[in-house]
Amino acid sequence: MNLMANLLPAAAEIFLLVMVCFILIFDLLLKQNKIYTYLFVQLTLLGCSLVTVGTHERGVFYAFNGMFVDDLLSDVLKMLSYLGMSMVLVYSRQYLLLRGLFTGEFLVLALFALLGMNVMISANHFLTLYLGLELLSLSLYAMVALQRDSAIATEAAMKYFVLGALASGLLLYGMSMIYGATGSLELGVISNAIHQGVQDKALLAFGLVFIVSGLAFKLGVVPFHMWVPDVYHGAPTAMTLLIGSVPKLAAFAFTVRILVEGLQGLSTDWTGMLVVLAIASMALGNLSAIAQTNIKRMFAYSTITHMGFMLLGLISGGIEGYGSAMFYTVVYMIMSLGGFGMIMMLSRAGFEADTLNDFKGLNQRSPWLAFMMMLLMLSMAGIPPTVGFYAKFAVLNAVVQAGYTWLAVISVLFSLIGAFYYLRIIKLMYFDTPESHVPIAVESDTGLLMTLNGLGVLLLGLMPGTLMSICAVSVRQSLLLH
Amino acid sequence: MIFGLPVISVAIWLPIIFGILVLATGDDKNASLARLLALAGSLLGFAVTLPLYTGFNSTTSAMQFVELHDWILRFNIHYYLGVDGISMLFILLNSFFTVIVVIAGWRVIEKRVSQYMAAFLVMSGIVNGVFAALDSILFYVFWEAMLIPMFIIIGVWGGPNRIYATMKFFLYTLLGSLLMLVALIYLYNLTGGSFSILDFQKVAIPMTAQILIFIAFFFAFAVKVPMFPVHTWLPDAHVEAPTGGSVVLAAIMLKVGAYGFLRFSMPITPDASHKLAGIMIALSLIAIVYIGLVALMQSDMKKLVAYSSISHMGFVTLGLFIFNAYGMEGALLQMLSHGFVAGALFLCIGVLYDRMHSRKIADYGGVVNKMPVFAAFFMLFAMANSGLPGTSAFVGEFMVLMGTIKVNFWYAFAAATTLIFGAAYTLWMYKRVIFGKVSNSHVEELTDINAREILILALLTVFVLGMGVYPLPVGEILHASVNDLLVHVAQSKLPL
Repeated sequence: MNLMANLLPAAAEIFLLVMVCFILIFDLLLKQNKIYTYLFVQLTLLGCSLVTVGTHERGVFYAFNGMFVDDLLSDVLKMLSYLGMSMVLVYSRQYLLLRGLFTGEFLVLALFALLGMNVMISANHFLTLYLGLELLSLSLYAMVALQRDSAIATEAAMKYFVLGALASGLLLYGMSMIYGATGSLELGVISNAIHQGVQDKALLAFGLVFIVSGLAFKLGVVPFHMWVPDVYHGAPTAMTLLIGSVPKLAAFAFTVRILVEGLQGLSTDWTGMLVVLAIASMALGNLSAIAQTNIKRMFAYSTITHMGFMLLGLISGGIEGYGSAMFYTVVYMIMSLGGFGMIMMLSRAGFEADTLNDFKGLNQRSPWLAFMMMLLMLSMAGIPPTVGFYAKFAVLNAVVQAGYTWLAVISVLFSLIGAFYYLRIIKLMYFDTPESHVPIAVESDTGLLMTLNGLGVLLLGLMPGTLMSICAVSVRQSLLLH
Repeated sequence: MIFGLPVISVAIWLPIIFGILVLATGDDKNASLARLLALAGSLLGFAVTLPLYTGFNSTTSAMQFVELHDWILRFNIHYYLGVDGISMLFILLNSFFTVIVVIAGWRVIEKRVSQYMAAFLVMSGIVNGVFAALDSILFYVFWEAMLIPMFIIIGVWGGPNRIYATMKFFLYTLLGSLLMLVALIYLYNLTGGSFSILDFQKVAIPMTAQILIFIAFFFAFAVKVPMFPVHTWLPDAHVEAPTGGSVVLAAIMLKVGAYGFLRFSMPITPDASHKLAGIMIALSLIAIVYIGLVALMQSDMKKLVAYSSISHMGFVTLGLFIFNAYGMEGALLQMLSHGFVAGALFLCIGVLYDRMHSRKIADYGGVVNKMPVFAAFFMLFAMANSGLPGTSAFVGEFMVLMGTIKVNFWYAFAAATTLIFGAAYTLWMYKRVIFGKVSNSHVEELTDINAREILILALLTVFVLGMGVYPLPVGEILHASVNDLLVHVAQSKLPL
């Protein structure tokens, strides 16, 4: 009985781990065609979502002596991460095949990364959090380096690894200080200890600073953003897609678990820090994105901006704030999947469509893809009737409600700057003449997914209510707000 | 109800659906199908707005044809539509101009026809939404969505400098819109959780907040009007836009800004409106006088009409911010009339441009010798633009001047100079282009307007003269709504 109560909340993770082990062996037996491994992986993702739904129960369940938590927030985020990962694999298949990277290792690493994310999402203890984070990060480092003969990819992997390790170190250092001050690593206990009052305030504050720096590193917000453009640019686009999309969900959960569930008592301190981070990210991200000619770098700076905007939701606090931040993250994932997916669809064997000029005249080469890209770009810029607008709207609403109207004004002014470089893509696609007339070969599965992705951005924009409510409800049911 | 469907929703969504159908006809191989479908869509789109006019009750200021459905419950946002006398007329105007624009682009646009027609149809639906929305977020969605088709229209089918112009247009208007969004969210929290414009109009707001909200709205609406000093996007956009784009910009887009002042700024922040009215009047007078002089100096016909539009819109904002019935009704009539007159002038310039591919006044001269019928139409619209009695422009300008003179003689004096400047720049342009001897071989080869062009210009003539001679029906529709608005504006909304 006790065993079951421990295992059931983690059923999806256990299932995933078992399946990864199977796939490892299964893949060894396959000589050439990795398509079966690929299908197996997709089925595993489907299985995971069935397990997650099947074991879901209303309420908050702790397992393994409070190391692990299963609540609505984690279940929703996990379902979305399965969906995101599945989309990543569909988008990347053809791209990786053409580059000889469509290997069992890639697929297995992707699943390990997913497992890491799920652990992060469900963690309720500093050790579990760290474990999940490292599992995710190590998988990603390896994936970036997977293209061994590419100097730029290797450089990106090195940079990512060194800076990632540094950030992990900062986090650990901060965690150890919090442990010193409160005597526990479990988030709930830490939270209580802080509320009851801690002797050594300075130690706690120091710990908080290190933790926030570590989190900022992982989220990629200014001034801890240096790795983002280089890694996004250097990694093969399929890996960039993976790094830039699904892990943001985990990063959101990670941040919320630590700052809200664990360190809610210090919210006045960390709110101030996040304000600085958010404003700096929106300013630097938007301004630097304008200067980019490489679209992957441009998206990297745009990610920095988006994460900065997401932080505004956390700053506002309350169900409105955290719910809107979650909604923003989910929407961002959907948009970035489409954006990077498009880069891969325009690439072909031996050619990377990663400069802005490759998008010139896309409307003449493929009106439908151009239209989808336009929807995605408008959504990133936050122009209705796309869903990106509601993401911004929800966050702004939380910010104004929390009394930071000035912050809302600053952030919309920076969005205006941001709108310029998204519009520039539309300009290139619609107003310029193409540089090459090589026909765009679109696989039926990626083509269908892109259509769903682009129209999804529009339809979610027309009917955003459901997703917004899901985010708000899961935050309300899961987070212990004091 | 039309066939059991709510009128306003049909007026919004029918053109959009036709737009999608037109887009589906694909590339230019099916251009004639796209044109026919677009014409059918625009005609039907106009037809479905007629019940708004026939079924309108002009004795009440309450919203009519109201549709209220849940949309985003979490934020209490509704699909809330309705019209009063003011918005109803603009919906008709917009749907009418969609027909004109489709016909005007019939032969002229040869590249990517389906996309061109689709963009105008979709925009027509969206603009109807702007005028009919009673939920501020619904309004905002339509308001911003309107930019997208216009961005594409100018960028794809525009003149040589189109990309600079369209970027400037988009970013300029977005700046204002984003600040307005913050203001709307602030009001949402102030009303305790409602985005309904009608609720916004009731809530008490402290003075400082009112002024800040007014400024945020000002940025959004003044850019669209456009008012001095945020008018600089307009000449660029107008000059570079294709004829249809210029017509819609002048006839519809500019009205949206003034409509925003009427629907948002004045009733929601009446105290701030009164307090800042001096600035608004000053900016309006600068637009009327200074921009009028600027128009005089233009060597490009489209630019000249663009500046003249800014100057005429100055009359509208002047009429609004003197807070009396003459001024406000005059301003509304001026808006409608300017739609017809400026739209017609841009069409006339389009007629010349299609033949000569030049907008420079200096390239013309003696056109009357080759295009007598066209010259007659152009004469009429040029006269209307300078405010000749008997044309629609006279009624609006005269009423605004009457209203202004009650407030302050010198305001009226400054505003009245437009009658001189307006006549000067319009007629001088007309003289240089139309009269005189045939100036060069290109003019020599000109052919007079064909039946299609005559049809468009004749339709507009009917409205320009009709409203000028007998403006009463329009005035009656406006009356109740204007009076209600004035009552609203007169009440202080400061918290007790």
